[in-house]
Order: sequence, then structure tokens, then C-alpha cells
Amino acid sequence: MSLWEYANPKRFIETSGRVLPWAVGLTAVCLAVGLVWGFFFTPDDYKQGSTVKIIYIHVPAAMMAINTWIMMLVTSLIWIVRRHHVSVLAAKAAAPIGLAFTLVALATGALWGQPMWGTWWAWDPRLTSFLILALFYLGYITLWSAVENPDTAADLTSILCLVGSVFALLSRYAVNLWNQGLHQEASLSLDKEENVSDVFWQPLVICIIGFVLLFVTLVLVRTQTEIRARRLQALLARERVA
Amino acid sequence: MRALLLRDLRLAIRSGGGFGLGLAFFLILAVLVPLGVGADGRILGRIAPGILWVGALLACLLSLDRMFALDQEDGSLDLLATSPIPLEGVVAVKAAAHWLVTGLPLTLLAPGLGVLLNLAPPAYGWLVLSLLIGTPTLSMVGAFGASLTVGIKRGGLLLSLLVLPLYMPTLIFGAEVVRRGAEGMALATPLALLAAISLGAAALLPFAAAAALRVNLR
Amino acid sequence: MPDLGKYAFAVLASYAVTLLVLAGLVALSVWQSARTRRALAEVEARQGKSDG
Repeated sequence: MSLWEYANPKRFIETSGRVLPWAVGLTAVCLAVGLVWGFFFTPDDYKQGSTVKIIYIHVPAAMMAINTWIMMLVTSLIWIVRRHHVSVLAAKAAAPIGLAFTLVALATGALWGQPMWGTWWAWDPRLTSFLILALFYLGYITLWSAVENPDTAADLTSILCLVGSVFALLSRYAVNLWNQGLHQEASLSLDKEENVSDVFWQPLVICIIGFVLLFVTLVLVRTQTEIRARRLQALLARERVA
Repeated sequence: MRALLLRDLRLAIRSGGGFGLGLAFFLILAVLVPLGVGADGRILGRIAPGILWVGALLACLLSLDRMFALDQEDGSLDLLATSPIPLEGVVAVKAAAHWLVTGLPLTLLAPGLGVLLNLAPPAYGWLVLSLLIGTPTLSMVGAFGASLTVGIKRGGLLLSLLVLPLYMPTLIFGAEVVRRGAEGMALATPLALLAAISLGAAALLPFAAAAALRVNLR
Repeated sequence: MPDLGKYAFAVLASYAVTLLVLAGLVALSVWQSARTRRALAEVEARQGKSDG
């Protein structure tokens, strides 16, 4: 195992180090503005009452839960094709973030549904899909920690991510078929028939941007950590041999 | 390749090979569920398709971790990797052996267990058909999972964590076929999708599994 | 606080869970970063490396 194998990891740390303060600041501002606006300064929905305020966290979290997996898929592919270490370490770094977003989407989805459906959990196709997604994240994360050799772990988890993506898509459609009949009226979104007025839409967009920025910031921080950890492992291995 | 298949089959059927373990588990499950859920025939009949499919799925899991691990331990996996048969072929043969020894017997036993669970009469044929089409997927997906975890000590639990989510589409469509069959509803869609997944898995997963094996054999 | 009516629990619990999970993730990430940085600095000092 060599040290800073390519110049890239080092350059990544330098560049991301410069970008981070801005990323943190922007994230904080966006989230604060979006959430405060959404929570305090929007009216209630005539059908869903004050629970509509949950969209400001449920929708961005759900979007990011999926987008994170897509990012992991892309970076895993880059690793398989180009052997770019920073890429696969970014995928590894992103997984816990994706899992967190998925859990938030699940919790807020269940809490939003509870007044509507009268139960704490319902096997609504969307919620079920997110539950399955959470399992995929768990499997990916667990495989990383179960394999000792880092390059082997990188390869195996990338293959898992690829195959998992296909099955995740399949599950999405399977679950829709599985639970078609129920709960179609009380769907967890602002109805497409109702015009989604700017009143709700504007703070929502800001929240979505805020969550994206949060994802980017966290990925930068965590990827830096992974890169440093890898270098640490290499140095320690060197010490043991010497 | 035929020699490899016969060898694997012989190994599985020999003592300690695990043959019959899956069947026994399947049977036990069919006893456990009524014990846990209550003896009401109507309820049992309604959940029977799901129980039978989940049972088949779990029984398939039992013998997965031995698929490559035994060969890897004694070095024969390295030999197989350098043999004239492509590694993808080796994976396919091992999955086929697994199916012949696990999935197929489960499929044949299932109607008997359906009787225990008060499965509706029209559903029996669909039960066998759906399992016949779906269990090869379980073996193939299981082979993929086994190829990922072959180097991991005591990786059985991790194998389950990785493989069970991949089983879900097959489970959903398979059980749906049996449920709809029980009520005489149209089931072409789930049946077709079940078959499509089987074909896709058989065609594509050997490549993914072989890639994983090559990584683990490095 | 706006009048959340009968849905107060659902809304407040949602925001609370979200803040908890995300804040926890941020805290964990920051802590892991600091810990790795420290460990790496130690080992690098020990090996006399001056780059990185």
C-alpha cells in the first residue's frame, strides 16, 4: 500500500478545505431561511391542516435519500472504471448521510400519515420503498466494515451498489403493484390537482436547496476523513513492517 | 461443466451436505406459523401464499454460505477460477446445483404445506408455478450474495442482510401470483414480471458474481 | 408558535426527529474528522513527514 497514491487525494483535501467554510455558511443560511419561513410564515392546507408544514422536511429528505444513492452509484462506477480512489471514498462517505435522510423521510412520512390514516405505520408504497432503501444502505455500510482489505472492500461494495440499484428500482415497481388499491386518496404530497401555490412552493425550494447543500457539505467533510483514514492506515502498516 | 454440477450435487446430498435441511426448515415454519398466529382456517388461508413464499425464501438462505466458502477454504475455488470454464459458468453451475438441491424440492413440498395452511384450492397450481419460476432467482441472487461474502469469516448473517432485500421483488410478485390465483383474479402481470426477473438474474448476475469472486481471490 | 391545532404533535415531532437525526449526523462527522486528523498528525510527526 502506498501513501498519497495519486496527487488527487491531496488536491481534494486542499480544495475541499477551501470550499468548506462557504459550504457550511450557505447551508446554514438556506436551511434557516427555508425552515423558518415554512414553519412560521405559511398557512395551513385546507385538507391537511398544519401537517402540510411537514413537507418542508419530508420532501427534501426523501429527494436527498434517493439522490444520495444515485451519487453513490455514479461514484462507484467511476471507481470501477477509472480506479479513482477519491471517488469510491466519497461513495463510502455518502452512505451514512443517505441512510440518515432515509430515516428522516420514513419518520416524517409516518408522522404525516398518522393523522390521515390513524395508525403509526402504514404499508404505503412510498414508505415501504423507503424502508427497503434503508436496508440497502445498511447492507452497503455493513459490507464496507466487514471486509478488511480497503481496495477489496471498495470493489465489493461498488458491485453491490450496482446490483442493488437494479433491485431497488425493481422493488419500487413491485411495491406499487403490491399495494395498489390502498391509500390512494390520502397521498403524501400536495395534490397535483390543487395548484401548488407559491405560498408553499417558495420556502420548499429553499429547503430543498438547503438539504442539497447539507449533503454536499457533509460529503466533503466525510470524504476528507476517509482519505485521511486511508493514509493513516497506510502509514501504520508501514510502521509495522519497518 | 456437467462434471462440476454432478460434483456439487453429490457433495450436497452426502451427509453433512445440507440436503434436506431446507425442507425440514420449510416444514417447521409451516407448523410454527399456525402456532403463532392461531388456528383460524380463514386467516391461515389468506396468509398462506405469503407464508409459503417467505418460508421458501428463508429456507433457500440456509445453504447459501456454503456455496463458495467450502471451495475457497480448501483452495479448489482458485483451481476453478483458472480452469477452462469461465468463472461466470462456474457461478451458474453452482447456482443451478443449489436450486436442484434446495429450490426444486421446496417447490415440490409446497403444495403439501399448503394443505396445512388451508391454502385455497385454485391456488395450488399457481403456487407450484410461481415457485418453479421464482426459486431459480433465489438461487442465483443467493450465489451473488455468497460471492460477495466468501472471504468474510462468519459472514452468514451479513449474507442474509445483503440478500434479503434483493429477494423482495421476487417475493412480492411470487406471493401476488398465488394470492390472485386463489381469488381467480388476473395474474399475468406479476407472473410475467416474476419470469422476467428470473431470466434477467440468470443472464446478468453470473457476471456480477464472477467479478466479486475474482476480487476475493486476488 | 403558529397554531398547529390538532396536528401539533405530528408536526413538532417531525421537526424534532429531523433536527435530532441531522444534528447527530453532523456531530458524528465532525467528531470523526477531528479524531482522524489528530491520529494522522501524530503518526506523521512520528515518522517525520512534513507534507500533507
